Amino acid sequence: MPGPTVPLRIGCAAGFSGDRTDAAGPVVDALVAAGGPSFLIFETLAERTLALAQLARRADPERGYEPLLDELLRPVLARCLAHGIRIVSNFGAANPRGAARRIAALAAEMGLAAPRIAVVEGDDVGGLAQRALLRDALGASADLDAVMASMVCANAYLGADAIADALLAGADIVVTGRVADPSLTVGPALAHFGWRRDDWDRLARATMAGHLLECGAQVTGGYYADPGYKDVDGLARVGYPIAEIDADGHCTITKPPGTGGRIDSHTVKEQLLYEVHDPAAYLTPDVVADLGEARVVELGPDRVRVEGVRGHPRPATLKVNVFCEQGWLAEGEISYAGPRAEARARLAAQVLRERLAALAPLRVDLIGVASILGDDAGAWLAMQPPGGARDVRLRVAALHDDKAAAERLPREVTALYTCGPAGGGGVRTALRQRLSTRSCFVPRDGVPARFAMMEPA
Amino acid sequence: MTSRTVALYRAAHGRTGDKGNRSNISVVAWHPSLWPLLVEQVSEARVAAQFAHRRPSRVTRYLLPNLQSMNFVLDDVLDGGVNDALNLDSHGKALAFLLLDLPITVPDALREHLVGADEPDSFPPEPWRHA
Repeated sequence: MPGPTVPLRIGCAAGFSGDRTDAAGPVVDALVAAGGPSFLIFETLAERTLALAQLARRADPERGYEPLLDELLRPVLARCLAHGIRIVSNFGAANPRGAARRIAALAAEMGLAAPRIAVVEGDDVGGLAQRALLRDALGASADLDAVMASMVCANAYLGADAIADALLAGADIVVTGRVADPSLTVGPALAHFGWRRDDWDRLARATMAGHLLECGAQVTGGYYADPGYKDVDGLARVGYPIAEIDADGHCTITKPPGTGGRIDSHTVKEQLLYEVHDPAAYLTPDVVADLGEARVVELGPDRVRVEGVRGHPRPATLKVNVFCEQGWLAEGEISYAGPRAEARARLAAQVLRERLAALAPLRVDLIGVASILGDDAGAWLAMQPPGGARDVRLRVAALHDDKAAAERLPREVTALYTCGPAGGGGVRTALRQRLSTRSCFVPRDGVPARFAMMEPA
Repeated sequence: MTSRTVALYRAAHGRTGDKGNRSNISVVAWHPSLWPLLVEQVSEARVAAQFAHRRPSRVTRYLLPNLQSMNFVLDDVLDGGVNDALNLDSHGKALAFLLLDLPITVPDALREHLVGADEPDSFPPEPWRHA
């Protein structure tokens, strides 16, 4: 094991499915230049992403992993393998083995020696074997049978243990499905430093390092800029983060030299609290992290250290997200501009309310007047006095269980072309199947997380 | 000592996160000297009033003095959350800026720590305000 002065570097090159695919290059350049032990992670699995992946796998059994897998890996795979930078990602989504096969094929296409690829499995609890477990966890509710019948997927948030085990077994690349986002970082740290798996303080510190990394540029000035208040240089070429983690789990957040963006105490504080509820009890499968005494220290330009994070024993249960197919989301938009545009848009809304009264509760937005901060019931919009906005886009949306019924909304919006107020233009409509979600908790021992090393083809 | 009413965004910044039908919004002081004032004025009750039209079932404030930051957790304000809401912004990503519009009173002695310029007309007219 290296001495305590040699940090472990973990770079993050994606913060969600759909993130930039050219982010990894500068991160890998920086990891190579730094030498030393390092990992590259991609976090590509938001709550809803996995349900969409499962639907993709239903349509094609070989799919169901991150659609941009090739684009993410191709620019950096050769250098990572050549320099011993191991890759950990949840880009396996609903099909980790399919992703692993694709990576093996990609490496072969690129003329690279076959990498050792491990998959982490066990997160899928939607199968027949775990139906009873899931029913218990969801608890008694009137629609339980409907939920089970319309279920698209049910996945538990796994922790870092299986990732660490795969790395200790020699994997160059670890492909997971649903794991807690910070576990992508905790796994490499566990494997590298050889911490005990009940070393709660170190696990909590690594967890918060992972938390800061997991949204990519959100800690390096992305999603931060507010001109005149929070200025960020070079936002168009924002650098993605690298955490330097020491043997006690403390981390320093940095980014590749020459990239845009900004890391200071404020960018780090914003991301530290992102999607946190009780800061004294940030629940993950690996540990309960406690930010109550956390501090951030600016060490220099684009270098911030996080200290004071403590840990408590991990929860006895794992969180499960269940997605169901439930109805159709119908949307339609039309624009009005020039004199009295707002009045005409409001009249169009009134026409649609009247025409669609029997369909379903209708959400109405006047884009350019009030559309985002309001509520579905329209209380906010009702509070806005009619004004003289001259560039307004009306948007309406509704949910309906029946597709044919839901189709009435786009048709009525389109009909405004000839039947609505004067000058309406630019109609766009959409009809999408809706995925509803609910969460529950299952006993840890009901979800056997494990890794498997893929055999070379 | 005189004071001035300004929008919270002059004294703090923040970001929204979402999980299910629950939103969390951080409020991070721009300067440690502004922290006590935020603790005093940016209360659960005032934040609940600011979000009254979203009908929060509960608003909880967590204080992190070391970070001069607070974290608000607003339950049931997302019309069901990312998969259920009809809102264009079903995550509620923009909600931090509704909170940051909250008026606060800053004594002149602390005005040097505010960010941005004085904007006398920065508040939307009633009834956008609930506080």
